[in-house]
Amino acid sequence: MEQIVKRYAEQIRAAAADKRPLRLRGGGSKDFYGQSLEGELLDTRDYSGIVAYEPSELVITVRGGTPLAELEAALREQGQQLAFEPPHFGSGATVGGMVAAGLSGPRRQAAGAVRDFVLGVRMLDGRGEDLSFGGQVMKNVAGFDVSRPMAGSMGTLGLLLEVSLKVPPLPFAEATLKLELPQDKALATLNHWGGKPLPISACAWAGGELVLRLSGAPSAIEAARALIGGELVDADQAQAYWRGIREQTDPFFSTDKPLWRMSLPSVAPPLAFPGAQLIEWGGSLRWLACKADARSIREAAAQAGGHATLFRAADKSAGVFTPLAPALARIHRNLKQAFDPAGIFNRGRMYPDL
Amino acid sequence: MNAGFRLLDPVRQAEAVKALRAILPPEAVLYQDEDTKPYECDGLSAYRTLPMVVALPQNEDEVSRVLRACSELKLPVVARGAGTGLSGGALPHGKGVLLSLAKMKCILALDPVARVARVQPGVRNLAISEAAAPYGLYYAPDPSSQIACSIGGNVAENSGGVHCLKYGLTVHNVLRVRGCTVEGELVEFGNEALDAPGYDLLALIMGSEGMLAVATEITVKLVPKPQTARVILAAFDDVEKAGNAAAAVIAAGIIPAGLEMMDQPATRAVEEYVHAGYDLNAAALLLCESDGTAEEVADEIARMTAVLKDSGAYDFRISQSEAERLKFWSGRKAAFPAVGRISPDYYCMDGTIPRKRLGEVLRFIAAMEKKYGLRCPNVFHAGDGNLHPLILFDANDPEQLRRTEAFAGEVLEKSIAVGGTVTGEHGVGIEKINQMCLQFTPAELEMFRAVKRAFDPDGLLNPEKNIPSLHRCAEFGRMHVEGGRLPYPELPRF
Repeated sequence: MEQIVKRYAEQIRAAAADKRPLRLRGGGSKDFYGQSLEGELLDTRDYSGIVAYEPSELVITVRGGTPLAELEAALREQGQQLAFEPPHFGSGATVGGMVAAGLSGPRRQAAGAVRDFVLGVRMLDGRGEDLSFGGQVMKNVAGFDVSRPMAGSMGTLGLLLEVSLKVPPLPFAEATLKLELPQDKALATLNHWGGKPLPISACAWAGGELVLRLSGAPSAIEAARALIGGELVDADQAQAYWRGIREQTDPFFSTDKPLWRMSLPSVAPPLAFPGAQLIEWGGSLRWLACKADARSIREAAAQAGGHATLFRAADKSAGVFTPLAPALARIHRNLKQAFDPAGIFNRGRMYPDL
Repeated sequence: MNAGFRLLDPVRQAEAVKALRAILPPEAVLYQDEDTKPYECDGLSAYRTLPMVVALPQNEDEVSRVLRACSELKLPVVARGAGTGLSGGALPHGKGVLLSLAKMKCILALDPVARVARVQPGVRNLAISEAAAPYGLYYAPDPSSQIACSIGGNVAENSGGVHCLKYGLTVHNVLRVRGCTVEGELVEFGNEALDAPGYDLLALIMGSEGMLAVATEITVKLVPKPQTARVILAAFDDVEKAGNAAAAVIAAGIIPAGLEMMDQPATRAVEEYVHAGYDLNAAALLLCESDGTAEEVADEIARMTAVLKDSGAYDFRISQSEAERLKFWSGRKAAFPAVGRISPDYYCMDGTIPRKRLGEVLRFIAAMEKKYGLRCPNVFHAGDGNLHPLILFDANDPEQLRRTEAFAGEVLEKSIAVGGTVTGEHGVGIEKINQMCLQFTPAELEMFRAVKRAFDPDGLLNPEKNIPSLHRCAEFGRMHVEGGRLPYPELPRF
C-alpha cells in the first residue's frame, strides 16, 4: 500500500515541477458538482481499505479510495453509521470524494455535517509531502484543525490518503410520518419543533406534503408521534423515500431546469421564485429547480443570511459557488498557496483562482 | 513563582500608548505595572509576563482600529477573554499589546425560534444558557469553568465539557464567527445557515488560540433542554475494569450524556471536600448519565445498568431526584479544587488517548508516581478518552518542580505514543509547545506555520504559542535526547 502512496507522491511532484494540473478523482460520482474539471487524472481508488476500526472507540480510519458502500457496510455490521448520511450519487462513490465534496444528507439536521465527524486526515500536499493532522481521538486541540476544513475543499488542497471519522451507533428505532402542510406552515412548524426535545432526524417538504423521520429510543418515538400526529409511512416505503431524497433520485430532482442548493437560516421565509422547491434540514436547506437568473437567486440567499450553490446545471457560467468577500478570498488564496504552491490540485473546481 | 522575563523598551511603549490613546479613552489603555499586573497570567499561573500595554476596546470598531494600529507598528497582540485558560494561551507578550475583550459582554440578539444567539466575545459561557433558559433552550458545551470563561475564549480553545461526547465541542455548536484580521479588516467565518461557501474556515479558527484572527461577534446554536436527566454512580474494584465498562456502554450502542471516571486517590480527595457520598473503597468510580424524555431516560438507564453489571461493577446507585443527581456530580465537578486542598500545588495534564489504552496509561502513570516520588490522582472523561492526571507538588520546592515537569513531560509523550494527543481541550498555549515537536513532523509543523501566515503574514497574533518554531524544536530535540527530561530554557521556571 505504501508503494501506492509513493507513486502518488511522485506523480504530484512531477506535476508540480511543471505546474501541470492534476485532477484528483475517485469513482467520479460527483463529477457533475463544482465549477470545472481540469488536468491529468489521478485515480485515488488504488489506495483503498479500512486501516483501523475500533467500534467501542466510535472511530474508524479508512483510506480515501475505499468505496463508500464498503465503509457503510462495515459500520452497519457493528451497528454504527456515518451519521451525516452522505449522498453517494453513484455506485462508485469513495470515502475521499465524500469528504472532499463535503455533502451531507437528510440526517445532517440532527447529527451534523461531514466536517463534524472528521477527526483526522493523512494527506499528500502539493509538494508530495505526506502529512497527518488531527488523529483518532474525539478531542484534540494540538495545532490548527487542518483536517475538518478538508471537508468541502473539493480536492483543491491535497490528496486525502486516509480519514478518521467518528462513527456513532445506529438509532434503536425509526419511524416516518407524513403530514399535509402548506410551505409557510411547514417552516413555522419545523422551527417550533426544533426548539422542543423531539427526536426528529430528517424532514422533507415538497408540494404541500411534509415527511418527517423520527429516530431514537422506541419510547421517545412513541411520545413524539403522539405530539406530532400525521400518518405513519410503511417502513420499506420510508427507507426508499429517504434514499430518494439523499441520492436525489426522488422525482423532484428529475428536472431539466438548473438545480439550486440554497443554504439558509431555518427561519428564512418561503422563497418567492417560480419553480418547484424541496425543503430539508428543518428549513435550512432549500432545493430550487428554477430558471431565474443567478444574481437574483444569490441576492435572495444573501439577504436571508445564507448562500446559493448552482448544484446541477448544464451552464455553469454564472459560477457554481457564491463568490467570497475580498478578505476571505485573500485568505483562501493564501491557504491554497500554503497547501498547493504550484496550483496543481483540481484547478478551478471551486473558484477560478483556487 | 517568578515574574516573567521582560525587557521593557520605554520608547516602544510610549509609541504604543500614543497610538492606542488615539483610538481608546485613557482608562482603556493601561501601561503602569500596577495596572497591567492583573493581566500577567491566565489560569496557568506558573507562567507570568507583564504586557507592555493593555488595551480594553468596547466594540468591534475599536478592536478593528486597535489591530490596525498594532499591525502598522508591528506590535504583537495577545487576545484575552476571561483569562481562565489552562495552557497559558493568553500569557502576555512582554513587547506587545494584551487585547482584553472583557468589556465586550453583550448578548446582541437571541432568537428562540431560529435557536441562535449572537453574542460578543466577552460573554460568559453560562450567561448564554441563562439567557436562553426561559425558552427551554441552552448552549450545550459546558467546560468546567463555564461560570467564568468567555465564549471568545471557548472559540479560541474549542472548549468541550462533560457532555461533549453527546452534544459536541465548541466547533459543533458555533455557526458563525465575525472578527477582525490582524490588519483590522472585518471578516466573517460561517454564517447563520448551516454551511458557508469556500473552505470551512470556521472549523479552522476553532481552537486556533487567537493566532489567526480576533473574534468580535459569535453566533452560537441553542438546543432544547432535555426534559430530564439521571446518573448512575457505579463502583469498581479495579481501574481497568472501570475503563472497560465505559467502552462496553458505548459498544452497546449507547451515547451517554456524560461518562466520567475517577480513580481512588481522586475520589478520596473530593469526598473529604464535598461529601458526595462516594464509596471510598472503590478503586474507580464511573458516573454514567442519561438525558431525554422520562421514558427515554428510564429505558437508557436500564440498558446502561445491565452493561455496567456485566462489566463487573460491584455497586450501583441511580439518582432518584435532581438533587441526588447533582450530589453525585458534585464530587467530579469539584475534583480540581478538592485536589488543590490536599496539596500546595497541582499540575493538570490534558492528554487524550484511545480508551482501550487506558489501563496501560494508568499503569504507566502509577510507575511514574514511584519514579518521581509524587502522587497523581486521575480524573478521566471516559467517554472521549480525555485524561486529566493531576500531579501533586509543592512549588516552593525547586526539586519537586523539576520532578513535576519531568513527570508531566513523560505522560504527555506517553499520550502521543499510544496514538493520542498532548491536549484534548486545554490547548497547547505555551505549556505544551515543546511536545508539539514530538507529536508532529517538521513538515506538518511547517504547514501549521504556513496556515498561520495565510492569516497573519507578520506573525503578530499571539506569537510563540501553540506552534513551535523550527529553532525551538531543534533546541528541544537536542535537550530531550541529552537529558531525557524536559527543560524550558527560555521560560520562567515554576
